[in-house]
Amino acid sequence: MITLEQRAEYRKYFRNNFTRRLITDRIVKGIVFGCVVLAIVPLGSILLEIIRNGVPVLSVEFLTAPPGAVGSADPGGIGPAIQGTLLLIGMSSLIGVPVGVLGGIFLSEYGNNKYGQMIRFFNDVMAEFPTIVVGLFAFAVIVLTLGYFSILAGMFALSVIMLPIITRTTEESLKLVPVTYREAGYALGIKRSVVIFRILLTSAKSGLITGIMLSVARVAGETAPLIFTILGNDGFFSGFNQPMDALPLRIYRLANLPYDSATAQGWGGALILILIILTLNVGVRYLFLRKRGGGGRLRITTGG
Amino acid sequence: MEEVADLESQQVDKMETLTRTPIMHKSAEEPRYKLIAEDIVASYNGIEAVKKVNMKFREKAVTALIGPSGCGKTTFLRCLNRMHELTKSATVTGKVLLDGQDLYSNREDAIIHRRKIGMVFQKPNPFPTMSIYDNVAAGLKLNGVKDKKIMDQIVQGCLEMVYLWDEVKHDLKKPGMSLSGGQQQRLCIARALAIQPEVLLMDEPASALDPIATQKIEEMINELKKEYTIIIVTHNMQQAVRVSDYTGFMYLGDLVEFGETKQIFENPRNEITAKYVQGQFG
Amino acid sequence: METVTLKGGSPLFDKIFKIGCAIAATYVLAIIVLIVIQLTTNSYQIWAQEGISFLTGSDWNAVEGSESYGAAPYIAGTFVTAGIAMLIGVPLSMGIAMFLSELAPKFLRSILSFVVELLAAIPSIIYGLWGMFVFRNYLLNWVETPLNNALGGNVWLFSGTPFGLDIFTASVVLAIMIIPTIASISREIMIAVPQSQREAAYMLGATKWEVFKMAVVPYSKSGLVGASILGLGRAVGETMAITLLIGNATGPSAFPSSLFSPSQTLSSIIANEFPEASNGSLHMAALIGCGLILFAIAIAINIVAQLLVSKVLKTHQGAVLA
Repeated sequence: MITLEQRAEYRKYFRNNFTRRLITDRIVKGIVFGCVVLAIVPLGSILLEIIRNGVPVLSVEFLTAPPGAVGSADPGGIGPAIQGTLLLIGMSSLIGVPVGVLGGIFLSEYGNNKYGQMIRFFNDVMAEFPTIVVGLFAFAVIVLTLGYFSILAGMFALSVIMLPIITRTTEESLKLVPVTYREAGYALGIKRSVVIFRILLTSAKSGLITGIMLSVARVAGETAPLIFTILGNDGFFSGFNQPMDALPLRIYRLANLPYDSATAQGWGGALILILIILTLNVGVRYLFLRKRGGGGRLRITTGG
Repeated sequence: MEEVADLESQQVDKMETLTRTPIMHKSAEEPRYKLIAEDIVASYNGIEAVKKVNMKFREKAVTALIGPSGCGKTTFLRCLNRMHELTKSATVTGKVLLDGQDLYSNREDAIIHRRKIGMVFQKPNPFPTMSIYDNVAAGLKLNGVKDKKIMDQIVQGCLEMVYLWDEVKHDLKKPGMSLSGGQQQRLCIARALAIQPEVLLMDEPASALDPIATQKIEEMINELKKEYTIIIVTHNMQQAVRVSDYTGFMYLGDLVEFGETKQIFENPRNEITAKYVQGQFG
Repeated sequence: METVTLKGGSPLFDKIFKIGCAIAATYVLAIIVLIVIQLTTNSYQIWAQEGISFLTGSDWNAVEGSESYGAAPYIAGTFVTAGIAMLIGVPLSMGIAMFLSELAPKFLRSILSFVVELLAAIPSIIYGLWGMFVFRNYLLNWVETPLNNALGGNVWLFSGTPFGLDIFTASVVLAIMIIPTIASISREIMIAVPQSQREAAYMLGATKWEVFKMAVVPYSKSGLVGASILGLGRAVGETMAITLLIGNATGPSAFPSSLFSPSQTLSSIIANEFPEASNGSLHMAALIGCGLILFAIAIAINIVAQLLVSKVLKTHQGAVLA
């Protein structure tokens, strides 16, 4: 038993280093806050520069006209690129969304076993994968087989990138639906597939759409896979067997040209691209995630 | 229908008058108080959970705080070592005098005062990545104790006080989580005792444990009170009778009655106290 | 309340549906396998010609007749840029995560989390654009040139004449890009530490920083490492920003020799040279070979990261939906 006297004795070994410790605490808080500021600065700079350099370039012609000849007086616009991006994300969703949603359904409803675990694991491994590798893959599988660059190769590549994200978010959304919904359905004699389709998917609707929109926002900005699949084009979409243009690709091309007008157009393109992406991101959060008491968010990041 | 409503509102009014002035029992000799809580008002988000409570805790004795769920006993306990203010948007006013010194005198430096009082929580929470030795010594390292011999002495002394020493002395490097639930809780008590506090606060320390582990802890408390001032929150009335010398009964944020445990349980003077200790509500 | 009338559904459709879902789920495994097959067959030429020296050699000669390719400089470039990005990015991310989980008042928490997610949503090409036309000039004038003037002669790290498109610029921008990934996962992991752990530390009289060191970090260490490795995975796979910023060196001179030397990574060499390579040529096989190497590196890193993160975040491997 440690008596009162002994306690007083032991306390003599305590250092009254409170000042030092509190100062350290304050310094750490300052450093940590500094980290936060350091992270915000680039974001601010990027958004600022995009607006500063991109807005002056905006015009109806810029948004709708095709690019002019390189280095000529009339630089034209990025119409085909905007059209291309919209087409691409639409067409990729045609493949990516159904496969992704069905895959997510599998993991959530039928995937509580070793096989499901394996799929889940590799799905997550692929979710943040170098997209340039996916681009090469699409090149080998589609472009080399068909013999031409086209939207088909592009949408294939983008759908492969979208897929793991949609699978994952679909599974998560379905898992949030209470088990009682399923049980109620089964108790009424309704088959599993109908329960999933009519009951679960409807309840998980907002989560599902959120995941889809966020993955669309992600692939809208992808450039690397497009280099090997749609190749780029100065004209508007002209067929499923022709190369085409897209915003990220056009920005890349413009950035590499030595003309100021090209650089300016690059910023303009960046502005449009960021508007599309931010609208999807912010819109989704505002529309859907707010319902669940706020604070809900998905971790989805862009790749190369 | 109306009769029942009248009766209910009458009872509510009565309860309100009964709780407004606590009944304090006078005792024989002039007591020595280790810890005195004065006018403690504690709130969460503006809502008062403890409404101006005054209590005095005798040294080398066990005081139990009892009352139904939500009466504010745990909140009050956490005010005693300045833990309440850690919760976001939680506020507290009043004084807590430890040996005459107000722990709330300086709003900023809670860390100076927290180490004067040890606390044990409802569920055992040893640090999972630390060994048994490191768990007990954690507070010592924090407070700058460098002498290894003294640390060894203190660790052994504390583990002996909680009846763990013989069970673990052969391997102090074992992870703290490898112990049983009851042992883990005793480890947490040793950890609290290691910082050489005069007062030990216990928030329902045995509620997550089996009866045998509970018994060990109660035996331990009976020994510890020879040297420490112990304040224990419990919802188990039999436990309060077994271990405590004094008991305070709280209800809806007020201290309703305070006195020797025997008196509170055998001869309560307040109607609500009587109802509670007789088990008429919980 | 909506009322729906449902027909029970047929057992046959049920079975078909289940099989359909299983096929959809297996699709991702099939893709992985196919990627390996395609990349290997299409790069077969270079492995046949160079063998293992493709991994160790540093020639990069596309001239007909004396073609020789080695990916070593680019492997080095990938690791060096990713490494520097981690050196800068991981501490900053941990600081941000610590702020968000331990220190930030409620309103600030949601605003800042939103900011972090915005950073994550910006596509790589825009980081590249901004890096090339804005940030690079700052770095050049305020960091690279002074450092080079002061220490360039003595310290090999700062030698060489800087002109802004080099390892340093590429790595710093890469760091900015991986911070959102590492910070947001780390924040989740820190928040997941039970409050009772922190209270035990507070009870002993610890300051906020000491509570963090004592109760939060040890509890979440493996998860934080996993989060960082996920960031590493993102760093090695990053293409567009690096392509625009790294200076496009090839062959032996692409070996990272100082912070201010231009270099090349596995992803940037592919992006830079693919448009010029002709179908079926050895050059193309070499580039696809680089892709195969990158695939191997990335999948290894991502697997390790997933294993670490999923252990800690039992909610779901890698996915955090709150």
